[in-house]
Amino acid sequence: MEIFTGLFNYWVVIVLMMMGFYVVIAQHNLVKKIIGLNIFQVSVFLFYISMGKIKGGTAPIIGEGIEIYSNPLPHVLILTAIVVGVATTALGLALTVRINDAFGTIEEDEIEVLEAADDEQATP
Amino acid sequence: MITPHLPILQIILPLMAAPVAIILRRPGATWALATVITWIAFAIALMLMMEVLASGPLTYRIGGWAAPWGIEYRIDKVGALVLVIVSAIGSVVMPYARKSVAREIATDRIYLFYAMYLLCLTGLLGIAITGDVFNLFVFLEISSLSSYVLIALGRDRRALTAAYRYLIMGTIGATFYIIGVGLMYMATGTLNMADLASLIPSVIDQRTILAALAFLIVGISLKLALFPLHLWLPNAYAYAPSVVTAFLAATATKVAVYILIRIIFTIFGVEQILAIMPSVQNALMSLALAGIFAASAVAIYQTNIKRLLAYSSVAQIGYIMLGISMLSTLGLAGGIIHLFNHALTKSALFLALGCVAYRMGGTDISHMRGLGRRMPWTMAAFVVGGLSLIGVPTTVGFVSKWYLVAAAFDKGLWPIAGLIVISSLMAMVYVWRVIEAAYFQPAPEDAPEITEAPLSMLVPLWLITAATVYFGIDATRTLNIALSASEILLGGGQP
Repeated sequence: MEIFTGLFNYWVVIVLMMMGFYVVIAQHNLVKKIIGLNIFQVSVFLFYISMGKIKGGTAPIIGEGIEIYSNPLPHVLILTAIVVGVATTALGLALTVRINDAFGTIEEDEIEVLEAADDEQATP
Repeated sequence: MITPHLPILQIILPLMAAPVAIILRRPGATWALATVITWIAFAIALMLMMEVLASGPLTYRIGGWAAPWGIEYRIDKVGALVLVIVSAIGSVVMPYARKSVAREIATDRIYLFYAMYLLCLTGLLGIAITGDVFNLFVFLEISSLSSYVLIALGRDRRALTAAYRYLIMGTIGATFYIIGVGLMYMATGTLNMADLASLIPSVIDQRTILAALAFLIVGISLKLALFPLHLWLPNAYAYAPSVVTAFLAATATKVAVYILIRIIFTIFGVEQILAIMPSVQNALMSLALAGIFAASAVAIYQTNIKRLLAYSSVAQIGYIMLGISMLSTLGLAGGIIHLFNHALTKSALFLALGCVAYRMGGTDISHMRGLGRRMPWTMAAFVVGGLSLIGVPTTVGFVSKWYLVAAAFDKGLWPIAGLIVISSLMAMVYVWRVIEAAYFQPAPEDAPEITEAPLSMLVPLWLITAATVYFGIDATRTLNIALSASEILLGGGQP
């Protein structure tokens, strides 16, 4: 039982990570893929944030009565990673909009058919 | 004096120039700015290289905070070599870019192109210079995000889907890398590479470290397009603008290889890796070999020459990885020297194709027919690049293949030496197809009247082509750097 309750946060991280990863691979809709990518990245955020937390720990402030505090570094790191994640999502969605303009669809299998037609055209 | 601050100037100049390019907006002005900045970056990289060769590794504390608490920039021989490669290609391509970009990218987007180009350069240089694994992630994402944009600027609509696929694969790779970094941090409590290298042996038997190593290697293998994780690469290179292809093919995957070298040799060290994950050597070696053969075979059947060279890039990454996976001084030196040589060769080839695209409007094999007579300088450069790809003596390709074969013999892996020679024959086949079309087939009747590419494009092309011959004949300087760098990397990892 200890392996489930003691490592609860890591179980959540792994489950979320695999869910996101599966969505990225299995979904054919370009927007859903990006949602999957987001879930995948959020699991890593949770991983970092929970890693720095100590039971009963407070914010890392030097003051009276504060003895146990959480490690602030992973939290700061993940702020950067969140910004990167937002930028990636924005760029991915912008590309999806452009793809929709160019192909008229955001379903990967339909795009593949259109791309194969482009390839045919290029090599008569 | 300004000299002690060279490491930070290397990064901060292109980084700051990118927003300035967006403010300037006028295509000519942004081009001039980007040209000046990239050449200054090249000069700084050369100065850093000389400094490192003269007095050993350089360190720089960001904001004056001492490592391992602050972020440290650390430049050793491998890092300096990568800095020189990236900034050299980045600057030599600039005079070429002006006309090529004007032809291939809409006028109102040109300033965005140069801004993204500068950001991409920042990220790639940053990866090579930093001594902090998380800082490296940030630079990795700067270079990746900007290269997705650069690829999506291609004219063909398939450039968009190529950029999208690269974004998905690249983000998964980078996220794997950051998971690995997190696991290392859990076990050691540090993010500084030198500090990690000294702390990891004490925690090497933990499963956390094992998982970290696995995540790091898989994540970076995605980034460097190791077979079979290369699926994003061919279309991304085939449909990106010519300048972008030449720049990224020469730098982006090479820098990812550099990260892998850092992880394997500096952070973990060969002995630790062989102790906890001995299979990694065989896995990397067999994937490298599979990549060389599979990608070369696919390259033979391509009709789009840009795509052909992209598959050839996957094969060449296989050679680099083959050298690294031998985990010996000669093998690693062969890998490092091929990293340098392939950057020169591939950028020359892609620049030649850019000239063809400029005049012919495409890079299909049908466009190449009869070009040998009509664009003699461009095609001559292509031939030299092609010979280097095959590994003909007096080109850089020969030097690196020689070292890879020697390393294979040194380890008693003579079948691998044989496979390297056989795979070179495959390169001969796909290079020959282009040469045959250009020199031995008549131009089609309805071919447009064309002349040689403009001089501003030919000069950069021939600069790099001349370098592939120069470093092929006089390889002592690059070899010495590669050999001593690999000795340092293998000798305990402390550069």
